Amino acid sequence: MEKSIAELRETFKTGGTKSISWRKSQLKALLQLINQNEDSIFKALDQDLGKSPVESYRDEVGVLKKSVTYTLSCLEKWVAPKKAEVPLLFFPAKAEVMPQPLGVVLIFSSWNFPFTLALDPLIGAISAGNTVLLKPSDLAPACMSFLVETIPKYLDNKAVKVLAGGADIGERLLQLKWDKIFFTGSPRVGRLVMAAAAKHLTPVTLELGGKSPAIVDTLSTTPSKAKVTAKRIVGGKWGPCTGQACIAIDYVLVEEKLASTLIELLKKTIKRFYGENIKSLKNISRIVNKHQFQRLVNLLKDPDVADSIVYGGSVDEEKLVIEPTILLDPPLDSEIMSEEIFGPLLPIITLKNVEESIDFINSKSNPLVIYAFTEDETFKKRILSETSSGTVTFNDSMVQFLCDSLPFGGVGQSGFGRYHGKYSFDTFSHEKSILHRGFYPEIEPRYPPWTDFKLLFLKLAYQFDYFGLILLLLGFKRS
Amino acid sequence: MMEEVKPEFDSDKAAVLVNELRKTFNSGKTKSYEWRISQLESISKMIDEKEKEIVEALRKDLSKPELEAFLSEILMARSSCKLALKELKQWMMPQKVETSLATYPSSAEIVAEPLGVVLVISTWNFPFSLSLDPVIGAIAAGNAVVLKPSEIASATSSLLSRLVGEYMDKSAIIVVEGAVAETSALLEQKWDKIFFTGGARVGRIVMAAAAKNLTPVTLELGGKCPAVVDSNVNLQVTSRRIVAGKWVCNNGQACISVDYIITTKELAPKLIATLVSVVEEIFGKDLMESKERSRIINSFHFKRLVNLLEEDKVSNKIVFGGQREESQLQIAPTILLDVPEDSMIMQEEIFGPLLPIITVERLEDSFAMINRKPKPLAAYLFSDDEQIKRKFVQNICAGGMAINDTILQVTVPTLPFGGVGESGMGSYHGKFSFDAFSHKKAVLYRSFAGDSPTRYPPYTPGKKKQIKALLSGKLLNIMLALLGFYKD
Repeated sequence: MEKSIAELRETFKTGGTKSISWRKSQLKALLQLINQNEDSIFKALDQDLGKSPVESYRDEVGVLKKSVTYTLSCLEKWVAPKKAEVPLLFFPAKAEVMPQPLGVVLIFSSWNFPFTLALDPLIGAISAGNTVLLKPSDLAPACMSFLVETIPKYLDNKAVKVLAGGADIGERLLQLKWDKIFFTGSPRVGRLVMAAAAKHLTPVTLELGGKSPAIVDTLSTTPSKAKVTAKRIVGGKWGPCTGQACIAIDYVLVEEKLASTLIELLKKTIKRFYGENIKSLKNISRIVNKHQFQRLVNLLKDPDVADSIVYGGSVDEEKLVIEPTILLDPPLDSEIMSEEIFGPLLPIITLKNVEESIDFINSKSNPLVIYAFTEDETFKKRILSETSSGTVTFNDSMVQFLCDSLPFGGVGQSGFGRYHGKYSFDTFSHEKSILHRGFYPEIEPRYPPWTDFKLLFLKLAYQFDYFGLILLLLGFKRS
Repeated sequence: MMEEVKPEFDSDKAAVLVNELRKTFNSGKTKSYEWRISQLESISKMIDEKEKEIVEALRKDLSKPELEAFLSEILMARSSCKLALKELKQWMMPQKVETSLATYPSSAEIVAEPLGVVLVISTWNFPFSLSLDPVIGAIAAGNAVVLKPSEIASATSSLLSRLVGEYMDKSAIIVVEGAVAETSALLEQKWDKIFFTGGARVGRIVMAAAAKNLTPVTLELGGKCPAVVDSNVNLQVTSRRIVAGKWVCNNGQACISVDYIITTKELAPKLIATLVSVVEEIFGKDLMESKERSRIINSFHFKRLVNLLEEDKVSNKIVFGGQREESQLQIAPTILLDVPEDSMIMQEEIFGPLLPIITVERLEDSFAMINRKPKPLAAYLFSDDEQIKRKFVQNICAGGMAINDTILQVTVPTLPFGGVGESGMGSYHGKFSFDAFSHKKAVLYRSFAGDSPTRYPPYTPGKKKQIKALLSGKLLNIMLALLGFYKD
C-alpha cells in the first residue's frame, strides 16, 4: 500500500498530471470505460443492489456520462487563471487567481451508488490535475471488483489507483498523509476521517447524510398537481436504491386533515410503479445486505411503530426485500424518527398547520436536502430563510442532483464542502493568489523613517481616496 | 484580607456561553441586514474613536511603531470594515444560476446563509487586525461570534475585550480571554465554524477538536516564505521591498514575512550590500537604538531565535547584524549567507529578524529547494524574465504569491488569502471573509407543468432511450426520443 502511494506522489512530482492534455485523455478514457462496459456495470449493480438497468442508467451510468462530457467541455475554461481587480494605488499591477492541483488525493465512496459516488469525485480529482487513490465500498462487492479490474485497463496506472478492501484498509489509508480526502458516507465515519486528516492538516470534503424531509402543501390545489406531488414523492423515496440514498425523502410532513388523501394517492402510485404486493414487487432495488436489512426490520419492531404502519410492512429475508412501507405518525422519539432511515420506510408526520413544518425540521440536525411541495410564495421564502440544509428543492425530488450549476453538499451534521460541475474541480484545487507588480513607481510611504506625511498618505491610500492623495502630494492637504 | 479569585472559565461556562449565543442566533436577530450593518458600523466607530488606545496597546505588546500599527492593523481593519459595509447588500443577494435541459423547466439559485455560532481564535503578532478581520467576516455573514484573542499579546487582548463589550451587541458577540485552559474549554463545545490563525501544531489540535462535531474549519497557519531574486532586477527597489517585507513587517514576526532568500552565487554579494545599505537608510546606523522596529514579543521567542543563531555551522555564517539585547527583547536585522539546509534555521519557520540567504548556481535550482519544503503561505519572486516568472508561477505551490514585491498581495481585497498543505486551509479577505462564514445553499425551483412519465416506472425500453437522450443534454436527441425516433 505504501508503495502505491509513493508511486502516486512520484507521478505527481513529475508534473505529468498537470497538463491539460493528460487530464483530457484520462477523462476521455473514463468515458470509454463507461461506454464499453455498460452491460457489466448493469450486471454488477443488479448483483449488489438489485437495481434495474433503467434505474442504473438514470442514477449512475447516465449521470457519469453527463458529468465527464460536461467537464471535458469546460476544462480549459476552469484551468485558466481568473483575473482579479487591483486597486489603482498599486498601478501598474496585475492580480489573478490560478487553480493548482492539491497533489495526491484519497476518495472514499459509498455502497448505495457505487459507481456515481466513486467516479464522480474521481472526475473532479483528475480534472483538477491530481493523482488519486480510490477506495470503493466493499459492501457493494461486485461493483468494487469491477472498478479494481477495469480502471487499470483504461486509466493511467501510475496516477489513478483503486484499492479493494474493507474498514481495516480504510483505517490504514487514513494513517497516511494525503493532500485531500473526499469522503461519502455516514457522520460517524466522517468524524473518524476528519480526526485522522487533522494529524496531517489534510483538507476534507465530507458528504454525509441526515433525515431529508418532504413538506407537502399541494394536496388541496388541483387533483393533477396532487397526483404529480404523489408521483414525485414516491419517485423520490423508493426510486433511488429503494430509499437507501442520502438525498432520498426520509419522512413527510403534511397537515393532518390531508393525511388520508396523501396516503391514498401514495398507495395508488406505489402499486402502479412497484406492484401490488411484496410477491409481485418490481422496478425497485433491494436492501444491500443482511446487516442493513436487520437494522430496518428492527426499526419496525417497536410496537408503537408497528402499529402506525398503514401500508406495506412485509419483508422477505431471503431476497433482502422490504416492500414500500408507509407509517402514519409513529412516535417522535422512536428510532425511526431520530435516525436516518436509509430504506423503504416512509413515516408521515401530521401537523395542525403545515407551517409548523419549519419548527419540526429545525428540531433535528441540518439535513442534506429539504423538499417542499408548495405554491405559496410566502411559505417558500420562510422555508428558505428559517431552515438550514445543504439544498432546498421546491416541488420535486431528486432532480437537483442533475443540475451541474448547483453545488452539492451538506451543512452541519450533513457535512461540509461540495461538488458537481465546476465545484468538483474546485474541491480538488488550491486557488493560488498572484500579484504581479512592476518596479516603478515606488510607494515611498511604505517605508520608514515614519513621518506624519506618510501616515496621512497611508490613511488616504487605504480608503482609496485618490483625490485626497493628489491633494496631499500637491501640498494642499496638511496632517 | 480575602483575595478576589477570578472565576475559572471552564467547559461548563463555555457550554453556557455557547447556549446563550445559540439562543440569540436562533431568534434570527443576527440574520437581518440591519443588525449586520449596525454591528459593522459600531466596529468602524470603535476603530475611529479608540485609535489612540489601540496604538498604545500594540506598543505595549510589541513595541510596534505607531505607523506600523496604522499600516498593518488599524487601517487594515478599518478598510475591511468599510468594504463590508459597502458591499454587504450585494454579497447577501442570491446568485441566480443556469439550469440545463435535464431539469427543464426549472430555475435555480444559490443563497448565502450564516453558519450559526462561530469561534474565532486569533494570534499575537497582529493581534488587532487578525482578531477583527475574521470577526468582521463572521458578522457580515450573519453569525454570532466568540473571539478568543491571544493571551501573549495581553494588552490588546484586554483592550479588545473591553471595546467589544462597550461597542457591540453583547447577546451575539463575546470576547473570551485566556490561555490554554480557556481555549480548550472553548474547543470542547459544538461550533458551526472555527476560524483559527496560528501555528501548525495548534492547528492540528483545533482541527481534531472540530472533527468531533463535524465542524468546518479555516486554518491560517504559516510556513517558510521564500523570496527568489534574479539578477536582472532593480536591486535598490528589490531590497527596499524585501526589507519592507521582513523588518518593517513586525520585525519578521509575520506569517507572510520573507523567511529566507534564494539567489545566484553571482548576485549574492551585491544583494547583500544593497540590503545592508537599505537597512541602514531606513533604521539608521545604530540598529539597536532604532525605534522604528517592533521588538520580539517575549523571552521565549527571543531565546528561540538566539538558539537558531547560535547553532554550530550557523553562527559563523552571519554576514550582517547578529546583535541582541535580551532586556529590550531586540535582535538587530541579521543576514546570514549559505547556512546548511539541515540547520534549524532552515527547517523551522523563523518568525523573527533573521534572514538567511541561500545561493544556487542557476536560479531554477531554487524551485526544487522550495518544493522540498512544506508549502508556504506565500512565495515571492523578483525577476524581469517572463519565462522565469511563468515557471515560478506554474511550479511553485504556495497559498499566494507576489512577483516583484512582498506582502502586498494580502492587501488586495479581490484576492483570497489562505494557505495550502501545511500553511493551512480555507481563505478570507474581502468577499472571501463573508464566504468563509456562510453556507451557500443550493435552491432548485420546479413547477408542476410538464411532468414527463419518463422518470417513473414501469421502466420500458422506450423510457430508457428517453432518459439517455435527456441526460445527453442534446435537444435534438430529446425531441427524437419523445417522438420515438432516438436510436440507442
